[in-house]
Amino acid sequence: MAAVTGPARWHRNISAKIAAIPMIATALVIFIGGTTWTVVYSFTNSKLLPREKFIGLAQYERLWSSNKWLISIENLAIYGILSLIFALVIGFILATLLDQKIRYEDTFRTVLLYPFALSFIVTGLAWQWILNPDFGIQHVVRSLGFENFSFDPLYNPDIVIYGVLIAGLWHETGLIMCLMLAGLRGIDEDIWKASRIDGIPMWKTYIFIVIPMMRGIFITAIVLITSGIIKVYDLIVAQTGGGPGISSEVPAKYVYDAMFLSQNLGQGFAASTMMLLTVIIVVVPWAYLEFGGKRK
Amino acid sequence: MTKAPQLIKHSMKYGEAQSSTGAAEREPGSPYGRKPRKILSRRNIFIYGTLIMVSLYYLLPLYVMVVTSLKGMPEIRIGNIFAPPVEVTFQPWVKAWAEACTGLNCDGLSRGFFNSVKILIPSVILSIAIASVNGYALANWRFKGSETFFAILIVGAFIPYQVMIYPIVILLREIGLYGSLSGLVLVHTIFGMPILTLLFRNYFGSVPQELFKAARVDGAGFWSIYFRIMVPMSLPIFVVAMILQVTGIWNDFLFGVIYTKPDLYPMTVQLNNIVNSTQGVKEYNVNMAATILTGLVPLTIYFLSGKLFVRGIAAGAVKG
Repeated sequence: MAAVTGPARWHRNISAKIAAIPMIATALVIFIGGTTWTVVYSFTNSKLLPREKFIGLAQYERLWSSNKWLISIENLAIYGILSLIFALVIGFILATLLDQKIRYEDTFRTVLLYPFALSFIVTGLAWQWILNPDFGIQHVVRSLGFENFSFDPLYNPDIVIYGVLIAGLWHETGLIMCLMLAGLRGIDEDIWKASRIDGIPMWKTYIFIVIPMMRGIFITAIVLITSGIIKVYDLIVAQTGGGPGISSEVPAKYVYDAMFLSQNLGQGFAASTMMLLTVIIVVVPWAYLEFGGKRK
Repeated sequence: MTKAPQLIKHSMKYGEAQSSTGAAEREPGSPYGRKPRKILSRRNIFIYGTLIMVSLYYLLPLYVMVVTSLKGMPEIRIGNIFAPPVEVTFQPWVKAWAEACTGLNCDGLSRGFFNSVKILIPSVILSIAIASVNGYALANWRFKGSETFFAILIVGAFIPYQVMIYPIVILLREIGLYGSLSGLVLVHTIFGMPILTLLFRNYFGSVPQELFKAARVDGAGFWSIYFRIMVPMSLPIFVVAMILQVTGIWNDFLFGVIYTKPDLYPMTVQLNNIVNSTQGVKEYNVNMAATILTGLVPLTIYFLSGKLFVRGIAAGAVKG
C-alpha cells in the first residue's frame, strides 16, 4: 500500500513541481548561483573578462585604498542615515496629520505619494532643474533682491549629497507615510480611549504608546528604506552623474563603472560583494527577529 | 455659549468628516471620536495648513516641469522658473517626442517609448503568469522543499542587483539573448518574481480551502483549478500585480542600460541620455517635456488606480 501511494503522490504533485521550475531555477541559479559566482570571482584579477586567476584579497585592498570608493561609502552613509531619519520622522508626522479624521484625506495622500510612482531618473532630472543655480531656486531668490543668496548644492562638492537627499526624500517619504498610516489605522481605538481617560496628552500618547506599538511597521520601513538606499544608482546618474568630479559617487555606481566602463571586473565584483555584506548586516538581524520570533 | 453655534456651523460646513466631532458634541459622554476639541479651528488651521504647505512642496517639481516645458528658450533665460509661461508653446513637446538626439539617432523619445512598450508588455505578462503559478503551487500544492525555495526567493529579493548583474550577463550571452529585448524581458521576469510570488502566494492562501477541496473531489487537477477557480476569483490581485509591474518595469533604468544596446534602450535610459548629454546647447524646455513624457505612463497608472496602487506597494512592504 505504502509503495503504491508513494509514487502516486509523487506523480500527482508533478504539475506543481513542473510549474515551480522557474522559481526553483531563479532561486538556485540566479540568487544562490549568481551571488556565489560574484563572491568567488571577487578574489580573482578579472579585467575585461572573468578569469580564474586567484589573487586573494588584493581586489579588496585596492578597493579600500581607492579614493572613489571611500567617497562612495561616505556619501552612502550620509545619504543613508539622513534619509532614514528624515523619511521616518516626516513620514510619521504626515501620517499622524492624515490620521486626524480630516477631510480630503485621499487627495492629500494622492499628492504626497505621487512622486513614488515616478522613476528616479525623472525625479533626479526634475530636481536637477530646480536646483540649477543659474535658473532655479538660487536665481529666483537672487532676483528678489538677495544678491548674496547661495544655494547650489549640485555644483558644490561639499554639499552635493544633500542636494541628492532633497530629491530622494521627495521620492520616498510618501511611501513611508502610507506605511505609517496603515500602522496607525491598525492601532486599537481602545488605546486612544484609555489614554484620554487617563488624561495623557496626544503627543505623549503618540510617542510613548503608539510608536512602541508600531514597532513592526517601523522595522519594515527601516528595512525597506535601507535596502533601497544601498541600491541608489539611477538618482545619482540622473541628477549629478556622480559629480562635480567624483563628489557624489555611490557604491552602486562604482560597481557599474568598474564592470562596464573601465573594464575592471574584479573591482566591480569586490565592490558588489561589499554591498552584499552591508545588506547582510542589516537584513539578517531583522529576519532573525521577524521570522525567528514568529515560530515560537 | 458662543462656541456651540460655531461648532455646529463648522460641522455643517465641513460635512461628514467633522461628524465624529459633532457626535461627541451631541453626546458628551460618548466614547466615540477624538478628544473633544476646545479650539477646533486653530487645530484645523494647523493640520490643514501643514498638509497644504507640504502638498504644495510636493507638487512644485511637477509644476515647474510643466511650466518650463511650455516656455520658449528666450523666456527661460530671462525669467523665473516658477513663473507661468507668458507665451505658451508646444514646440518643446514636439521636439522631445520626435526630434531630440541621442548619439546618432535623432528621432526623439518616441523610439524609447516604443522600446519601453515592447519591453513592458511581454515582461508584465510573463512575470505575472509565472509568479501567479508559483504562488498557486506554493499556496495549494506544497511539495517537499517548496517552502525552502520560496525562502531563498524572498531572501534573494534583498540581494543588491549589482551582485547578480554580471553572472546574468554571462548567462544571457550563452543563450544568445544579451543585448536583445527578450533578454531584458527575462531579467524583469526574474527580478519581479520574489515580490509577485509573495503577493500571489498570500492571496491564494486566503482563498477558502473548502473550494479547493471541493474541486479536487470533483476531479479537477492542478491546471484546471488554477484556470477555472483561482484566476477568476483573484482578478483584483492580478490588477495589483499589474500596477506594480507596469510602474516598476517602466521606471527601470539599471537593467535597461546593462542588458540592451543603444538602439533598444528603454525610455528612461534614452531620457537620461538626452538630458545629460554634454553636446550642444542645453534646451531646458525640451528636457522637461521629455521628462514629463517619460513620467506620464506611471503617473497615469497611479492616478487611475488610486487605492490599488497603495495596496500594491503595501504588499511589497508587508511580509507575511
